[in-house]
Order: sequence, then C-alpha cells, then structure tokens
Amino acid sequence: MFEASNLNRRNDTRQKLFRFGLGSMTSLLILPVILILGMLIYKGAPVISFEFLFTSPTKGMTAGGIFPALLGTILLVMVALIASVPLGIAAAIYLSEYASDNWFTRTINLAIINLAGVPSIVHALFGVGAFVIFFKFGTSILAASLTLAIMTLPVVIVATRESLQAVPLAFREACWNMGATRWQTIRRVVLPNAITGILTGVILEVSRTAGETAPIMFTGAAFFLPLLPQGVFDQTMALSLHLFVVSTQVPGMPENLPFGVALVLISIVLLMNSLSIALRMYLRGKKKW
Amino acid sequence: MVSLASAPRNGDTVQNPVKLGVKDLRISYNHVTAIEGVSFDIHEHEIFGIIGPANAGKTSFLKAVNRMDMFNPEMKVEGKITFNNVDVGKIRNVYGLRSRIGVVFPLPVGLPLSIYDNVALSPRLRGQNNQAELDVIVERCLTRAALWDEVKDRLTSLGSMLSGGQQQRLTIARALSQDPELLMLDEFSIAVDPVTTMRIEDVLKELRSEVTIILVTNLVQQARRLADRTAFFLDGRCVEVGVTEDLFTGEVKDQRTRDYVEGRFG
Repeated sequence: MFEASNLNRRNDTRQKLFRFGLGSMTSLLILPVILILGMLIYKGAPVISFEFLFTSPTKGMTAGGIFPALLGTILLVMVALIASVPLGIAAAIYLSEYASDNWFTRTINLAIINLAGVPSIVHALFGVGAFVIFFKFGTSILAASLTLAIMTLPVVIVATRESLQAVPLAFREACWNMGATRWQTIRRVVLPNAITGILTGVILEVSRTAGETAPIMFTGAAFFLPLLPQGVFDQTMALSLHLFVVSTQVPGMPENLPFGVALVLISIVLLMNSLSIALRMYLRGKKKW
Repeated sequence: MVSLASAPRNGDTVQNPVKLGVKDLRISYNHVTAIEGVSFDIHEHEIFGIIGPANAGKTSFLKAVNRMDMFNPEMKVEGKITFNNVDVGKIRNVYGLRSRIGVVFPLPVGLPLSIYDNVALSPRLRGQNNQAELDVIVERCLTRAALWDEVKDRLTSLGSMLSGGQQQRLTIARALSQDPELLMLDEFSIAVDPVTTMRIEDVLKELRSEVTIILVTNLVQQARRLADRTAFFLDGRCVEVGVTEDLFTGEVKDQRTRDYVEGRFG
C-alpha cells in the first residue's frame, strides 16, 4: 500500500543530497573560527600570566605586560557607552513609540542605516575633525570614545528598537484604551518587557567597541605611553592598537607576544558575546507571553 | 445591587438621559468608507446591543467612541459622537475620556504583568497607590469578572500566561477596574467557554445599575438575552435600532433585520 514509486524515490534521493550539501557547507563555517581560536590559544596562551595582564610593557614593548592597553580599552569602552547608550535608547524609544511614518522619521531611519554602513576609517577622520579639532578635545580618551560612540550608535538603536517592537501592539492598545498616556504605557508595559533585549544590544556594542582600531588611532589611542592616563583628556594605549603595533611596528618582537595580545582582546569580545547569548537564552526562558 | 426582577427591561431605559449620542457618523480608512450615516442615542444604564455580520463597522464604531482613531492616521471620523453631551472629537483630554470608558476587545489581552498588577494598573494610572485600596479594587473586579476564585492564590503569576478564557475575564476585570461610566464589549465571548460566558452575562446584568453597556456581539441570542435595545449594522450602515424583543418577535421595520436575526444570511 505504501510502496515507494519511482517519483517518490527520486524525490527522496534529491532531498538527501541537498540536506547533505547544505549541511556540509554550513559546517565549513565553523572551520575558520576553530582555526583562529586554536592558533591564538596555541601560540598565545604561553604568554598569558598575571604579570602579562597587570604590568606595563618594557624594553621597547618587546617584554613586560599589556596593562596600560587593557586599562585603556576598558576606559574607552566605558566612556563610549556613557555617551551612546542613553542617546541610542532615547532615539530608539522615540522612533519606535512616538514617531509617525513621515519624511522626518524616514530620513532619520535612513541616516541610521547609513551611519551603520560608514567605514570605520571614515568615522576616524570625522572624529579628528569634530572632536579633536573643532571641539578642541585634542587626541584624548574623550575624543576617541565619542568617535566610537557615534560609530556604534546604530547597534544600540537597532537592537533597542527591535526589542521594543517585539512587544505586541495589543499590549499598548490595551493600555491606551484605559486612558494611559504613551509615556505611561512605555514606562509600565513596554520598557519592562524590552529591557533584556536592550541589554543584549548594549553588550554587543561593548564587544564591537572593544575591537575597533581605526576610529581610535588618530583620535586618542597612542603607540606607547610611559604613564597611565589621569583623566579623559589624556591619551591612552588600547589593546587593538597595541596589537597592531606589536605585530608590525616593532623590530625584534618575540613571536608569541602578539598572539598573547590578540588572545586577550578576543577573549574580551567572546566573553561579551557569550554574555549576550546567555542573556538572550535566559530571556527566551522567561518569555512572558 | 439592584435585583434582576426590578431591573429595567425592554427599552424602559429610553427615558434615562442620553449617555452616548451618535449623529451622522462616518468613518473611513484611507477614503474607503467603513461606516456611514449612523445616528442613535444610547441612554444611561442601558445595555445597548449591536449585531451584524463581519465588516459591518461595529468595531470601527467602538474605536471612534474612545478616540482610538488618534493612533491610526488612516482612520478618519466625521459626524458627531457625544459622551455626557460633550463632543468627543473636541475633547482635549482624551485620557480622561478613555479612562471613563472600559473596552474589552475580542481577543483577550493579558498584559505581561502579574494578575494583580493587571487589575491595579488603571487605578495606579489614576494615581491610586494606597495598597489597601488597591487590594479592595483588585478583589472586587476579579470577583465580578468571575475570575477571583481561580486566581486568588496566585495573584503574582503572570496575567499573560493564563488560559485564553481566563485572560478574557482578566481583561474584563481590568476594564471594570477603571470604574467606567461606559463599558464597551466587542464580541467578548469569542474566547470564553459557554459556562463562563453565562456567568459574565449575569455580571453584566448586575452592572447595568451602575454603568451603561455597549455589547457588540455576533451571537444574536446573546443580544436577546442581555440588550434592552439593539442596533443592526450591515455593510457600514445602521439598518435598524429598536427594542431588542421587537427585533426577535418580528416587529422590524426592515426585512434584512428579520433575515439576519433568524439566521437566513450572514
């Protein structure tokens, strides 16, 4: 009764073929990740030590640690977040909850998309022109962080807007029907249910910000500094630039040292990404409707 | 509570003051007319039924009453709706208007808050933050919506995780927590089982002594059970408004009303 016809068999063979083909191409994706991580751990891990993480470079950066760069990256990310998170979230709430579909909103949306597409080196030049020269911040943590903030604004805006949009319209309408203002609705129903998604976006922004090199090269990150920065108007070293410097600019560099720097940098990024994935899984488990 | 026996019936409420006046109402979406030429008065303490097939403009009418057209730029309302003799189109404080009107839509919306917070939301929006007062309101509204017994031991669990029927009763409880002057129910029984439907219908009968109720329903028998007067909407027009019993006993002005009520089309 259920014998396979020739057509059935042919369809089945074809289906298996495609399944295998598509599956193996997908598996190929993992390869570069494994190779990069394997290489970094193999070559970089021996360099990593307490001393490496918490002391300054010595002997023309061919020895010693990376503490100023590590600290600098953390500072840059923090100041960038302080600037971009409130701005990005405010813009996203406006665009998602208040803005009606008119030319103004469409222009802003277009601007956000374009901002996301601007190459990072162009952001760097903008940062030099705007923050270093025009606002007279000089090459400083502040100028570099603001440049990074502008570059990563679209990440925050898009992530926030998406998590706001994920809250069903019916919830808002139910609130409006009761006589709630838009803000009361946002405050009591929309934001509490979008906050985890927003947080995920912020964490992703951290990982993006930590890894960037070009935007900070001309705006505030230095090749080498003998002293730690004392405030936001000082220059700083940064991991990403330090990696570039030790890999290409310093003769007589021990082979493993750049891999150690790269390993620290990628660990920060991966840590942040895992945190965001964990948060998303937690969020899915706590789904409220 | 007024006993059911002494409750006004069969259009006695027409002598009451007008709660909601509708005159030459026309609603369109992007220039496509949804409802046109509708005029009638709804009186205080009346249960006013609206029956009619899909796409007759019943829900659009409800949206116009509490100014939800503000949220839909495509929706245009012309003509005049008065609430307590005030033109709703001219009300600046639409929040005040909406807070006086409770709405229950066909699909239940349990907000992703605790059951308690769902019902306490509207009082809190009005500035009521006294815990004891809120407790009283929550219990009273949930009891009236025939939900209290099922949820009284888990008021902190999420309202949005209740079953469909329970969520609908939660929605009704929330509408009641507004202490509304006008309650608009749009096919509330779609997601509710028959037994619960009957319980809610009993509640509505009791509520008549306090609020005016607009009951949009696609169950003509539900209109017959509850409504003092009923309007029949068809294709965006109000074909007929009359004392509910008349519609069912054949004293209709329009043949289409009789056909619909008797289930010969729809």
